[in-house]
Amino acid sequence: MAVDTDKNSYTIIFAVIMVLVVGSLLAFTASSLAPNIDENERMEKQQNILYAMGVNGNVDKGDITFVSTDKVADEFSKYIKQQLVIENGEAKEDNEAYLIDIKKEQAKAKNGGTRRLPLFVGEKDGKTFYVAPIRGKGLWDAIWGYVALDADMVVQGAFFDHKGETPGLGANIKQRYFMDDFNGERLLTDAGVFKGITVAKGNNDPTNKIKDDYEVDALAGATITGDGVSAMIKKDLKLYLPYFKTLQ
Amino acid sequence: MGLLSKKDAKLITDPLADNNPITIQVLGICSALAITAELKASIVMSIAVLFVLGIGNVVISLIRNIIPSKIRIIVQLIVVASLVIIVDQVLKAFAYELSKTLSVFVGLIITNCIIMGRFEAFALGNGPWKSFLDGIGNALGYAVILIIVGFFRELLGSGTLLGIPVLGDPIEKTFVYSIGYENNGFMLMPPMALIIVGLIIWVQRSRNKDLIED
Repeated sequence: MAVDTDKNSYTIIFAVIMVLVVGSLLAFTASSLAPNIDENERMEKQQNILYAMGVNGNVDKGDITFVSTDKVADEFSKYIKQQLVIENGEAKEDNEAYLIDIKKEQAKAKNGGTRRLPLFVGEKDGKTFYVAPIRGKGLWDAIWGYVALDADMVVQGAFFDHKGETPGLGANIKQRYFMDDFNGERLLTDAGVFKGITVAKGNNDPTNKIKDDYEVDALAGATITGDGVSAMIKKDLKLYLPYFKTLQ
Repeated sequence: MGLLSKKDAKLITDPLADNNPITIQVLGICSALAITAELKASIVMSIAVLFVLGIGNVVISLIRNIIPSKIRIIVQLIVVASLVIIVDQVLKAFAYELSKTLSVFVGLIITNCIIMGRFEAFALGNGPWKSFLDGIGNALGYAVILIIVGFFRELLGSGTLLGIPVLGDPIEKTFVYSIGYENNGFMLMPPMALIIVGLIIWVQRSRNKDLIED
């Protein structure tokens, strides 16, 4: 080819064509795959909610096995008795509450709007679980999770996930040994004041046997991610306190 | 290596040792520090880079004669970024679990200097087949170091390999922990990767004196 690739005009034309080609290629891929991706994300939310309340396929100590994708819709409707949306202190039923985007709700609250709080009431083996979604910031990107509580706001199960925490360090918030530490931890003091749970370093309780210290053992090398977990628990779960007061 | 000529085979074997991208060319250090705290992450990252570098090198090599030299770096960046994004989207749609494991690496792959380095130094001046081999070779060279570093960091830092405890239980004090061994939390910190890479460089240069600069 005898084109002078150093010419400005060539460079500009090349750039324009490249942007058009790459742009349309990406747009085409994204829009043609969007339905599949949405479906996957929807099922993931149901799996996570069920996981937090103990409906999962865990067998061994380190397992994190969700209800399989072909069964999740049935299991979800079987175990989740009520999907509530709490707005301005009023709880209403809404069968698509699990699709509420927490990120958007948080942004709404920031801009002075009222935040809708989804809460999933589940029942398993005669026990009632209240599963609340939480969302916050880790070191690099968003972290989120679902916490299953009983009527006294004692943690019955927790599931955390993250978008881009460092593998081997912050990413370990979604390991069993971290998530399981939350089981049995309390959020409220005896007087009923919301205290939250802190991911604490050097709390001399690495096996987390002490359940009323409002602390779980931190992960080595993941201080900021751990602080993010503490912060989202304190901030987001506190919003549910008025609702839990009505349960007593 | 009956399949490849001697010269082609060298493209694969050189980066494994005497022209290793990490220890000799000092490329890709950032990701070598960031994600080697556990062996599994090292392996996943290695496979991802193998894929992107192999295909990316071929794409760049195919269009090397029509890329305007003034904006070649941008063109290279776009090729890597779109490759990675397309793969990420496809995985999200059809292998959601896998994509969740990989999503963390997407940014790291795009900004991996080995990829840009090989595009710039090799693919822009060589044919597609050679570029493909060069890409595979360098990715394997990168993988070797990543896996060595990941192995030692996970073993000494957490006492596990691929998440399986191999040294006993640090809390229940079994096996080596019963005689007073402790996990070295330092190993989980990124700087320790640099020390292991340093040790590898030391070993490598003491075995092959030609690598020592004056």
